[in-house]
Amino acid sequence: MSINWFKYSSPQTFFPLAGKLALVFGALAIAACAVGLYIGFFVAPTDAQQGESYRIIFIHVPAAWMSMFLYVVMALWAGIGLGFNTRLSGMMASAIAPTGALFTFIALWTGSLWGKPTWGTWWVWDARLTSELILLFLYFGFIALQASIDDPRRADKAGALLALVGVINVPIIYFSVKWWNTLHQGASVSLTKSPSMATTMLTAMLIMTFGFWFYGIAAVLLRARCIMLERERGSEWAAQYAKAAA
Amino acid sequence: MIAALRCMIMRDLLLAARRNSDVLTVLLFFVIVVSLFPLGIGPEPKLLRTIAPGVLWVAALLASMLALGRMFAADHADGTLEQMMLGATPLGIIVAAKVFAHWLVTGVPLVLISPVLALQFDLPQELLGVLVVSLALGTPVLSLIGAIGAALTLGLRGAGALLSLLVLPLYVPVLIIGAGATESAASGLGGSAQLLLLGAMLIVAGAFAPWAAAAALRISVE
Repeated sequence: MSINWFKYSSPQTFFPLAGKLALVFGALAIAACAVGLYIGFFVAPTDAQQGESYRIIFIHVPAAWMSMFLYVVMALWAGIGLGFNTRLSGMMASAIAPTGALFTFIALWTGSLWGKPTWGTWWVWDARLTSELILLFLYFGFIALQASIDDPRRADKAGALLALVGVINVPIIYFSVKWWNTLHQGASVSLTKSPSMATTMLTAMLIMTFGFWFYGIAAVLLRARCIMLERERGSEWAAQYAKAAA
Repeated sequence: MIAALRCMIMRDLLLAARRNSDVLTVLLFFVIVVSLFPLGIGPEPKLLRTIAPGVLWVAALLASMLALGRMFAADHADGTLEQMMLGATPLGIIVAAKVFAHWLVTGVPLVLISPVLALQFDLPQELLGVLVVSLALGTPVLSLIGAIGAALTLGLRGAGALLSLLVLPLYVPVLIIGAGATESAASGLGGSAQLLLLGAMLIVAGAFAPWAAAAALRISVE
């Protein structure tokens, strides 16, 4: 039996699938966030040193992870689009950018809220904060570049090249900033060491990560649906969809 | 190919010599921005000595960014760029030549004048060498990275502001390490580690950035 790998690579077939998937992942996101927040706020014990204020990590750490992960996924889609000249890849890349920027902003904002009671300052010029801020600028640059190009094909390709250059630069930026100044604590969770936090805290954080991940997928698919409709508005299936929806 | 490279560099230098006000504008911008800092934060010599490397580097970065818009714009406007793309010489080579000529015209004057400006900030004379070498290694990296941004924004409305949004985040490592060279030399550690890193960045950017910029030009001039 041969599988048609490219069945969902055209907007026409992907559009209904994206709608269904967005619904599923949206529901999963709400469930995971509800469970994660409940464990995080009511079950997990109070931290011995930081008191209650540590609980912001249940939002902060997953958001920071997603912000970096989404940039790589965006660059991946962009690279596929540039290499194979597929239409949908570029649409996915532009659909991911706002969600990635949102998570980056949440990570910076919650980090700042956590830093005030813990470090005694809203902002420090530390390696991770600075590279996260620059990541936000990279997202903005990508969005701004695509917004200022009228031709969607050129916007896709130009954005793709920028995303690829950016993804090469992210580690360089991170290490240069790290040598420059470091105050931030080490990574919260490491794969090589046994976890230093209580199991309930870790569970809550991982559930929240999945919740944010599912939210990201749902939001990206919904945005991709809008982009597909907008770009394919001249086509038969888009006209039919618009008629059915009206 | 070498002949094409030399021809391209000579052509761009000749064009720049005919319109030398462009070169002077960038240089004057650099001088004025650097001179504004003491006016803004006060003439305290100790403070000025501390911030001198950073101020010179940020000003050099802004000045080189200001000049980026002109790297491909004129050739794009009169159609020369399309002819270059159709020619037999690989576009990456042409871009490399253009970036090199652009750096000779806009980067080298900044490097040469930087010791004079550093003296205004009372930077110790033994640090001037490190500062000049760091700028000499760093400004071509800025031109190389900037070429990608200039190629991507070619012919767009509001290209100038957009270019700064794209390029400045990518400049961050060069800024940190470049300014760090003089600072670490001032603290007695010696700046050679940073200078070697800048050299490595120059080699990597020199090898890859022209091809990325060439790909960007093909996207922009479709």
